Amino acid sequence: MADITADTTGPGDGQEVGSEIRSLAEDMLKQLENGNLGKAVAMVNDLNEVRDRTLYDEIGHLTRALHESIKNLKIDSIGAGSEIEHATDKLAYVVEMTDKSANRTMDLVDASLPLAADIQGRASALSAQWQRFLNKELKPEEFRTLTKDINIFLQDSAQQSQTLQGQLSDIMLAQDFQDLTGQVIHKVADLVREVETRLVNLVAMAGHIDSITGITHSDLEVVTETEEAAPEEANIVAEGPQINKDSDDVVSSQDDVDDLLSSLGF
Amino acid sequence: MKILIVDDFSTMRRIVKNLLRDLGFTNTAEADDGTTALPMLENGDFDFLVTDWNMPGMTGLDLLKKVRADDRLKSLPVLMVTAEAKRDQIVAAAQAGVNGYVVKPFTAAVLKEKIDKIFERVEG
Repeated sequence: MADITADTTGPGDGQEVGSEIRSLAEDMLKQLENGNLGKAVAMVNDLNEVRDRTLYDEIGHLTRALHESIKNLKIDSIGAGSEIEHATDKLAYVVEMTDKSANRTMDLVDASLPLAADIQGRASALSAQWQRFLNKELKPEEFRTLTKDINIFLQDSAQQSQTLQGQLSDIMLAQDFQDLTGQVIHKVADLVREVETRLVNLVAMAGHIDSITGITHSDLEVVTETEEAAPEEANIVAEGPQINKDSDDVVSSQDDVDDLLSSLGF
Repeated sequence: MKILIVDDFSTMRRIVKNLLRDLGFTNTAEADDGTTALPMLENGDFDFLVTDWNMPGMTGLDLLKKVRADDRLKSLPVLMVTAEAKRDQIVAAAQAGVNGYVVKPFTAAVLKEKIDKIFERVEG
């Protein structure tokens, strides 16, 4: 991009044109002082010609630079297959991945909780019976039932623990999305940064056109003013998660929220 | 105790629902934004509303304002569970009449504490 910027905003062209116009103007002034009105008027045409030639040269440069920029923007093929469309797809992929992972994790937790509860419940019941056995409060047939129950419980709990173990490691695996979505988000962020840089270059080019042709944008300035004025009367709107928690107008924790609310009389 | 959970992300609704279930609240219903939640509130006998803020259609703040403006719903306890963390926003929610405000990501303990506090105040 640097070369394109140099092409279009290099001081060389502007100075050359400036000195050409200056020498023509000085000539014209001399002709006028000498009373050669006809020649002076003819020189207005020369001036026009210089202006037109500069303009055409500049437009040629800019068209080439613009073409390069648009090619570099990677939006020359907006729609199917473009980089921007890929980025959109990538973000949709992130949503899909995180959604899938969250649901998979919660399914596994839902499946694990009853197993753990069952082990806990039966262990406490057996423990109570065992205590009675130690206190010699058990009748012989109760003891026989107890030994049978203990045997079944040991077999079941070994099996249930194994299932739990499997489900826990599946929960671990379900977090693999973080790596993938992280990479995708980094890529999209890079693209956004790149596009931003190139848009800034386009804006610089447009500014250069304005300075060459002497165009001013009074209407644009009005828009900017109203835009700047807007935030003062802005409504409170939803903004999503605050990335910069250090900012003064953002609370950094639930404790801050509680403090703020209690200062309001909550 | 009948609770309406409003959030546009189904995973968040599920997490809140599971947390509420663990706290002993099993009678819950879900809505994905204010527009679907409001008729449910008007037609159902809900005792408590847990809502996100940032949702398409009608936001949680607008839903809260509608609830407070409705004669039959105005005393319904509302807990806002949201990622919106600007001071101005929390003040705006308080002024609109929210009963509790929890910022995401949150823990089960925080959710429980806020819910307990709300009912303490409502019943007391």
